[in-house]
Amino acid sequence: MKILVPVKRVIDYNVKPRVKADGTGVDLANVKMSMNPFDEIAVEEALRLKEAGSAEEVIAVSVGPAKAAETLRTALAMGADRAILVETDETVEPLAVAKILKAIMAEENPGLVVLGKQAIDDDSNQTGQMLAALTGRPQGTFASKVVVEGEAVAVTREVDGGLETVKLTLPAIVTTDLRLNEPRYASLPNIMKAKKKPLDTKTPADYGVDIAPRLKTLKVAEPPMRSAGIKVPDVDTLVAKLKEMGVA
Amino acid sequence: MKTLVWVEHDNAVVKDATLHTVTAAAKLGEVHLLVAGAGCAAVAEAAAKIAGVAKVHLADDAAYGHALAENVAPLIVDLMGHHDAFLAPATTTGKNLAPRVAALLDVMQVSDILSVEGEKTFTRPIYAGNAIATVESTDAKLVITVRTTAFEKAACEGGSAAVEAISGGGDAGLSSFVGAEIATSERPELTSAKIIVSGGRALKDAETFEATILPLADKLGAAVGASRAAVDAGYVPNDYQVGQTGKIVAPEVYIAIGISGAIQHLAGMKDSKTIIAINKDEDAPIFQVADIGLVADLYNAVPELTGKL
Repeated sequence: MKILVPVKRVIDYNVKPRVKADGTGVDLANVKMSMNPFDEIAVEEALRLKEAGSAEEVIAVSVGPAKAAETLRTALAMGADRAILVETDETVEPLAVAKILKAIMAEENPGLVVLGKQAIDDDSNQTGQMLAALTGRPQGTFASKVVVEGEAVAVTREVDGGLETVKLTLPAIVTTDLRLNEPRYASLPNIMKAKKKPLDTKTPADYGVDIAPRLKTLKVAEPPMRSAGIKVPDVDTLVAKLKEMGVA
Repeated sequence: MKTLVWVEHDNAVVKDATLHTVTAAAKLGEVHLLVAGAGCAAVAEAAAKIAGVAKVHLADDAAYGHALAENVAPLIVDLMGHHDAFLAPATTTGKNLAPRVAALLDVMQVSDILSVEGEKTFTRPIYAGNAIATVESTDAKLVITVRTTAFEKAACEGGSAAVEAISGGGDAGLSSFVGAEIATSERPELTSAKIIVSGGRALKDAETFEATILPLADKLGAAVGASRAAVDAGYVPNDYQVGQTGKIVAPEVYIAIGISGAIQHLAGMKDSKTIIAINKDEDAPIFQVADIGLVADLYNAVPELTGKL
């Protein structure tokens, strides 16, 4: 089967985001961008399934600006076979991304779509579930283990309080949690080879998807600042403070 | 506006996450609840007593036993014919289910809301809580997940809603529940605890974590949390993790021990009322958010603290 892996270009997770002074958003000019960390885990899992003989082809896809091609090249350098960039400079919400992915699924017929559980920029945690809904397929969210068993996939999920395993009929949608795997680094020769791998460029209109946002962002603000704290010199003072607060 | 709230339960009791969500739903309008599960009539009885609830829909069917989104989402979509908003707590169950409902209704979900600013306007954190966005939905119906720590709990007594049994499509035949491994703990639950003692990578190993953090937690009647580093190193199970990718907590007191304070960790705890940090590195970022900081070696300071409480 084929595995489809959607990846998103986001602000690097080590960068502390700065809110623009005019309150319209977060300043992304000249900020280091990378592949969303959960998506790296998704690419890695797809590659491991291919290496284990469960899949023949891994297709990476990204919806975003022209520069998202770099993110796709990273996926190709990790080992994905080919890539599709759905290019747009607009902000695309999870619902619209899910509709684009549905159209790509109809063309490619993947047995499995592996996404990250959330993007670290909008923190929505929606796209995988929405894709599953739109295509009428089962979903295995927050996966920490994925085992393909014939026409089904067993997904162990990280849930509040522990782990849960569900069995899904293929084709299925899986979203990755942090513990699923440790993504590989792309080696220099593989980065060079990735430059020659196929990368198709499309637009949302090619798939007939209206990407107009449904949520209007009225304002983006800094979170409330915490007032400056104090440092205590020793444990005794800390104990006294805790007693003052009625904690101890 | 009529709202429908997903009741999170374990077939016996209504979980606190539901009570927080009811408070958010009440800000929008009349509150109806959905109790779905297998053998969950007792939960519906308890849910009917929650203050401010007008009606409880009870869907009791083996297919709804483990809240599989494939089976439950169509049930909710049916009910949304008579409701204007669907709200679920931003727990793993809510986050799994709500976007599936939203897509079936062709609406964009508003995730993890912190406040209700108007009938269709909400605030929500983005970029790991480093920015707060105010968003307005233009969709006809609302699908919302609620950050439970941002809303007070509704009283679980005082209501007297009618319980109405409903049925849906049952098993969609796409998925099945295989099993679960639920970590058992005598301690308070992390997301609802008043005090949390959290440990980081500096605890060295599982034994040291246990020997250092647990006695202090027990002394304070606190829940135990951890940073991602401590979880990844195997000191404690995954569900102890506090942060952007783990649990979001906002206790009265959060004691961070041997935690540097990476932005992903701060995203999960910086709304705590009082933050106390014990760390030997005085430049650790955790001290920028801590109300009370102690620069000390945790191996000396924590046992001393435990002993003096």
